Formats: sequence, C-alpha cells, structure tokens
Amino acid sequence: MSTTSTTATTIAPVSPFTEADLAAIRAQFPILERTVRDDQPLVYLDSGATSHSPLRVLDAERDWYLRLNAAPHRGAHALSEEGTEAYENARERIAAFIGAGADEFVFTKSATESLNLIAYAFQNSPHPLYPGSERFALREGDEVLVTELEHHANLVPWQEVTRRTGATLRWIPMGEHGLLDLTDLDSLITEKTKVVALTHVSNVLGTISPVAKIAEAAHAVGALVVLDACQSVPHLPLDVTTLGVDLLAFSGHKMLGPMGIGGLWGRADVLADMPPFLTGGSMIEQVFMDRSTYMPPPARFEAGVPAAAQAIGLAAAVAWLTEVGMERIHAHEQSLTRRFLDGFAERDWVNLLGPAGMQDRGGALAFDVPGVHAHDVGQVLDAHGVAVRVGHHCAWPLHRALGIQASARASLAVYNTPQEVDAFFAALDQVPAVFGIERS
Amino acid sequence: MDLYQELILDHSKHPRAAGLREGYVAEVHHINPTCGDEVTLRVHVDGQGDQATVSDISYDAHGCSISTASTSMLAEEVIGHTVAEALETHAAMKAMLTSKGKDPGDEEVIGDGVALAGVAKYPARVKCALLGWMAFTDALIQSGTIAQGAKA
Repeated sequence: MSTTSTTATTIAPVSPFTEADLAAIRAQFPILERTVRDDQPLVYLDSGATSHSPLRVLDAERDWYLRLNAAPHRGAHALSEEGTEAYENARERIAAFIGAGADEFVFTKSATESLNLIAYAFQNSPHPLYPGSERFALREGDEVLVTELEHHANLVPWQEVTRRTGATLRWIPMGEHGLLDLTDLDSLITEKTKVVALTHVSNVLGTISPVAKIAEAAHAVGALVVLDACQSVPHLPLDVTTLGVDLLAFSGHKMLGPMGIGGLWGRADVLADMPPFLTGGSMIEQVFMDRSTYMPPPARFEAGVPAAAQAIGLAAAVAWLTEVGMERIHAHEQSLTRRFLDGFAERDWVNLLGPAGMQDRGGALAFDVPGVHAHDVGQVLDAHGVAVRVGHHCAWPLHRALGIQASARASLAVYNTPQEVDAFFAALDQVPAVFGIERS
Repeated sequence: MDLYQELILDHSKHPRAAGLREGYVAEVHHINPTCGDEVTLRVHVDGQGDQATVSDISYDAHGCSISTASTSMLAEEVIGHTVAEALETHAAMKAMLTSKGKDPGDEEVIGDGVALAGVAKYPARVKCALLGWMAFTDALIQSGTIAQGAKA
C-alpha cells in the first residue's frame, strides 16, 4: 500500500459542492456574513492563519460551560465525572479523525506547544525513569534535520535544543518552485541524524513535502520523524498509520476549532519513552518530597487543568468536518486552488510563489507583485474587504531563500467560494493603478 | 485608496537622502519583526546635546511604501535642524500616528508627514510608519547625543 495517502491521486472521485451545499455550509459560519471597511462583504482568505468556527463548535463550548464545567480528572462529584467523560470523548473523537487511538493523542494548547513538547523530550533525555529515552538523547556529533520551508514553530525550538545539547542543526534546502531539494538527502540523513522535523504542507507556498520518502530515509538510520501537520490536517484526509511518521503536531484553530487548543499524536511506543515537558498536577503517578513518578501517556504530557471547553469545541469541529467529508473538502479546495492558479497565470505582473501546478501543492497561495511591497498589496485588498496574510508568515528563512522580504498569501478553507476567488482578483487588479506599475 | 496619497507614493519611489553615507556618529539597524521590514540608518550630528545640528541622516530601507516614505520624510524634515527640533518633529509624528485618526498632524511641524495621517486609522500599519523614526532616536541615543529615555 502506498504511504502517500494524502495526495489527491489516491482519493476516490467525490461529488463537488453544489452552490446550495456551499450556501448551507456558509450559513453555519455567521462571521462570514459580516461586512468590513465601509459595508463591503468580507472575503476571508486567511484561514491558513486562523479559520472560522461553525455554530456547532460555539454551541459545544457554550454547552460545556452551561452544563459540565468542572476540572476533568479531579474530584469525584457528578460534574467532574461528566466533565471528564466529555473531555475523554473529545480525545477519542479527535484521535479517530487522524486514524489514531485515544492513548496516542495528547491535548496541548497549540501546535507550537506540541512541537516544543517534542523538542523538550529530546532535551530532557536520557531520563532515569525511562530507559527507552536514550533514543531521544542529543549529544555533540548528533544531528537534527529540518527544512528551509519550516514555520518558525518547527525551527526555533530545534535551534534552541541543538544549542543547549551541542547537537548540530542541519536543513534540507528549498529548491526550484518551492519544492524541497532532496539532491543531497543521502548526505543530510546519516547515522548522525537523530530526528527529522518537517512540515507536511508549507504554510506559505502550499508545497506538499515528500513525507514518505524522507521518513523512509530517516527510519533507515534510526532517526525519528516529526511532522508539522497544521496545514494538512484541516484540508486533507489524513491517516497517521500510513504517513510513516512518529510524531505529528497540529493546531485547533486552523481546523475550525477554538484557539488555545492543539494536538500531538505520537506512536504509542514513542510516547511511552518520552520524558514529560511541563510537570505538575495530574500528570503524576506518585509524589514524594524529593521525587515523583509520572503517568503513562497521554496524561504524562497534560500537566495542569486542561482547556476542556476548547477540547470539546475541537471535537465538535472534527465531527463537523467528518460529516461534510474530508474528501469533498479537499476536492473543493483543490478546485478553488486551480481557479487561483489560472488567475495568477493570466497576470504577468504578479508572481505566484511555490509550485505552479496542482501537483505537490495545497491551498496556501503566496504571491509577490514586483515593485509593490506585500503590505501595500494587502492594504489594497483589505480596502476591498479581501483578507489575506502579509509579511513573512512566520517563515522568515523561506522568504530569505526566495530572495524576497515578504509576500502576500491567500489561503483557503471549506467555506470559500469561486466567487470569492474572483473577488480577490478583481481587488488585486486595482494594485497596479494605485502604485503606478505597468500591467501586462 | 485614500491611504496612498500621491506624496507617500512619491516619497516611497524617490526616497530623499537615501543610501548609506560615510561620516556618521552612530549606525543602527531596526526591524519590524511582524513583517520583516528593516532599515539601516546612520546619523551624523555636529555638536552635543539638544542644540547639536543633525547634519545627515543616511539610510538603506527595505519595506513597504509606508515605512519607506516615512523614513524619507524623516530625512527631509530633520536634516539641517537641531536635535531639539528633530525630537519635536518626532513627537508630533508619533502623536499623529497613534491618535487613531483624531490628530490630523501639523504641516508646520511635520511637513509632508501629514500625508501619513491616514495611517493612524490602520493600527497594524503604525509600526511601519514609525520604523525609521524609532531608528533615528535610537541612533541619537547610541551616539550619546541624547540620553536614554529622552523625550519622544
């Protein structure tokens, strides 16, 4: 069986959203009805930064506070019991969404925390309580491999952990069209490599990483593979059992869920060997004045009272996504991405960054208008009610590698429409006139 | 778009006194971490303290039209003036930019800077407009011309 289960080619044909489907979907996101900047309709193309939530998510969070509000895994009263059950049901549902068991899924406050949790497991190894943690230990001569495409959240923690341990940080460079350049993969992944941390889908360019190939090379030398799946979990059908990675991080608020909740999946044997990151309440087994022992995963990694309402909100988002169907969502976003690519291709005065074709790309579309700074492009779009991200999108080294300071980025979600793509281009077409550049 | 007044576009396309020149008392490098805009700015003063003259501001700016234009306006308004006057101009610019649109700016004090009044309505862009000005006052501090925590 192919290990690249997340590319479009392995997905069975699905029926696209009809206009009525899309209208029904959008009706569940009241924020999409609001107007901005002098009563213009909001055209929200910034879901890569944060996505909006359907009413069901808001209702689930409200229901938590109305009926259940109690600290999970603490106390034996009725509310605590029901709250604990709701929290653990949420874990089960979210884990199942990515093909995992509940014991392999850890709630965090964000993908950033998930990635730091992993980096600190390396930093805190070897740990006397976990003989198996030797596999995480980093020492001088060991290497950590990342890529030039990474979001700062999957780069800076590795810079810090290598600085503190004396290990060496290396990276797979970006090649042409924003694809990873695997030419030197053999010399980048060696016996020295302890961990390979990479993004699944670039948050800037939409580039889909060849995860299976890199994971195979990493596993051949005994390295662990960490995947930043922030931009894939919300947009593709994904199954952790076929991806070939060992640990995976994602964010709740980029997949229609609340802010303040994130996820970490780890293969059971990997999590079992990992020392904790944050320590304190409810992650302990026994506490004495001079030492403690810790719970098995996932509790070992959830110190403190959890963000239960947000966890339940995220489970509601997952239920909603499942009902709509990830295959259909993916197909819908692919069709909008194609519309974007066609639109960019018609305009010589704007450069699409990253993969030019549908292959190897998701629905993050960064672009550059030569002669006009991304902030200024974004300002013109905003004046027409079109929301895009501008700047370096927390991927500064990627922009440096592209030789640009900043870019503007449109990014998609399930609720976007073809009309919104057209509205984007209509607004973009105002840019040359405002800044006096030649159009062709 | 009312934000992009002709004056702003003119300054951003033809920034006054741009480029880095020799003969300076301090050089600073400032960045806007949210967008990556950056400016390397050199300042030269003749004399000491408030009454010293800002004899040159030279700079290499990479940023949006707002930050580039604002740095250009800084050079235009401040070169040849005393440090005291420069700080007064800075204070007036900052007051206008952070007024959320209430302060239209005084052309007598900030010259072309009034064209940036519209920026105050966009809180996310205020930092762009202040980048060069913050670099300038920092350079005055680095050179020992004014004390840390001086006005503006």
